[in-house]
Amino acid sequence: MELVLVNLIDGLVTGLLLFMLSAGLTLIFSMMGVLNFAHASFYMLGAYFAYQISVYMGFWMGLLIAPPLVGVLGALVERYGLRKVHQYGHVPELIFTFGLALLIEEVVQFVWGRDTMPYDIPEILRFTAFSISGYAIPAYKIFMIFTSVAIFVVLLWVLTRTRVGMIIQAALSHPQTVEALGHNVPLVFMGVFGVGTALAGVAGVIAGPVLSTFPGMAVVLGSIVFVTIVIGGLGSLWGALVASLLIGWLTTFAKAYNIRAADILTSLGLTPPANVEESIWRDIWTVTSPQIADILPYILMVLILVFRPHGLFGKRDA
Amino acid sequence: MRRTTRIGLGAALALSISAAAAFADTIKIAFIDPLSGPFAATGEQGLAQYRFAAEELVNRKGGVLGGKMFEIVPFDNKISPKESLIQLQVAIDQGIRFIAQGNSSGVANALTDAINKHNRRNPDNRVLFLNYSAVDPALTNDKCNFWHFRFDANADIKMDALTDIIQQDESIKKVYIIGQDYSFGKAVAAAAVRFLNEKRPDIEIVGNELHPIGKVKDFTPYARKIVASGADAVITGNWGSDMLNLGRAILDNGFTGPIYTYYAAADGITAAFGEAGDGSLKLVGEGQLNPPVSARADAYVTAFKKKYPNKDIGQPRIANVIEMLARAIEKAGSDTDIVAIAKALEGMEHDALFGGKVYMRPQDHQAIQDVHVLAHTNDGITHDFDNSGYGLKVEKTVRMAGMDSPTTCRMKRP
Repeated sequence: MELVLVNLIDGLVTGLLLFMLSAGLTLIFSMMGVLNFAHASFYMLGAYFAYQISVYMGFWMGLLIAPPLVGVLGALVERYGLRKVHQYGHVPELIFTFGLALLIEEVVQFVWGRDTMPYDIPEILRFTAFSISGYAIPAYKIFMIFTSVAIFVVLLWVLTRTRVGMIIQAALSHPQTVEALGHNVPLVFMGVFGVGTALAGVAGVIAGPVLSTFPGMAVVLGSIVFVTIVIGGLGSLWGALVASLLIGWLTTFAKAYNIRAADILTSLGLTPPANVEESIWRDIWTVTSPQIADILPYILMVLILVFRPHGLFGKRDA
Repeated sequence: MRRTTRIGLGAALALSISAAAAFADTIKIAFIDPLSGPFAATGEQGLAQYRFAAEELVNRKGGVLGGKMFEIVPFDNKISPKESLIQLQVAIDQGIRFIAQGNSSGVANALTDAINKHNRRNPDNRVLFLNYSAVDPALTNDKCNFWHFRFDANADIKMDALTDIIQQDESIKKVYIIGQDYSFGKAVAAAAVRFLNEKRPDIEIVGNELHPIGKVKDFTPYARKIVASGADAVITGNWGSDMLNLGRAILDNGFTGPIYTYYAAADGITAAFGEAGDGSLKLVGEGQLNPPVSARADAYVTAFKKKYPNKDIGQPRIANVIEMLARAIEKAGSDTDIVAIAKALEGMEHDALFGGKVYMRPQDHQAIQDVHVLAHTNDGITHDFDNSGYGLKVEKTVRMAGMDSPTTCRMKRP
């Protein structure tokens, strides 16, 4: 029973981390209709920038400086890259962001090399916050939870309660009208892209020490972020949150419990083949949930696309 | 204009001929390993160690056969077996007789087959395969051949040595085995189960698990299971970021027992573990860097670090490869008679630079040597990894590990 609680906390951490990435991505998509393939690369840049800053000024300055740095970089990419490509339609935009992802990975390898960086949890958070019947919950996890929740609350508040938020929301659905009212819509776009990438940067800063900072870190998370926003519904912040948590818990519980396919199949009334090792169905009968935990979100995405194409909270088709 | 071009061309030609003449006196060793892509860091490390060993252990002493120098020629195989075979052909076409390779047993399996075939068809132009790292047991068992020599202890020998150490540790009652879901991960798990059942039937294997290779973002749920199982020790064959992330997750979530690994060092891993791995992280392998076994070994590592400040002697056996090859060439009295060189290598006993003896077992060409259990620590480290202050210190040693280990090798000799 205690293990369930521990797994709930672990899943929450994974989910919230995923949310910080997908929030920016879904925001950018809803505004500009662009699927930013380079989004996870900005997450990687966040981790590397923070590592470099932490070498000289410590972890906290890294947390403070790295995300704005990534955000500015993202804004520049929008202003001098995406905006120029935008007039040619969506496909060139997709190709542009895809190329950008490859470019960022190569640049990171060029500057920092291929080794894993010794980017570590700050000294002050290196203790066990509390234990649930012997299972330690590191303080850093609690810190991660609070940071992501704070960011979600601030984001929600800005979008729904402030003038800027109202302009952004208006620009989402009626850009021409907003422009006619005298607002600088391209500037709004640039700002949203910057904030979105900065969010990815924050995720990188706080995930770098636990998921390790290496050139492959963007690739590992890249596809799952897209799955998240498709499940949540493209363009929906709430959807991104719910989908992230769903994926976090789904993968955590699948890994934590050895659910065997054989048990499920026999409970469905099927009998196992006489000699499982020789049978052509061997792979299906011997698979266990930890082995397929990381592809479960993809199965979920396929089901969502079949039965609810606009996602859990989305307003338009994926 | 034309005239100058002609003169320039002539000069270039003359230069290249004289360069070729200079190279004619070198003995070339093809280094076929990944030098680009995700595993490039490992390949670059190996290349630096080969270049340094050839320079320091052979060339500086005047070469072999009265003045022939060793030259390492790198070939990038992108860790693909197919690409390796192309590079092998290129190397053979350049007249290279010695092939060194180590990363990935998949590549080694492809190379050993190709070299066996080549030597059968071209008796005048044979090549020798110096395998310095690929540890799949099959290479010196069912798939063995006369041209293949393995200088690293294979996965079974390492597990044999590791379980010898576990056998003596009465505090270990429960063991958790976890690895990457592919041939090597499965081989490690199978060997662990077999040896533990033989040596310590009382030990309970509380978990034996495979996870997708290179796909797991967060190992926390696995770590929880390991802690929940009450295991006293963990055994894993993981490497690369899978090793680092698994190890960190296990340590972060309150596991304090030993984690026995094959590859948890260098390439950034030692630095990334840092303080967290101290006291728990163990590695089974050959070669002793700390404490240094001799003034000579000490000076060797110091000189290496001076030349390559950002690289490490992560594979001490490379020094054995170079020294033993040099001795075999001297003994054969030729650098082209591969059969004579292979016969000289067979059964050779060698005092290793990094301690102990190396014995090249004739029946399967598996090097038998001391295998250590090394501890990740910063206490008493003379030569660290990743310039981190942390390194590997010898904790326990199994002398001449696997000396009497069985082999299914039926070698055909020319």
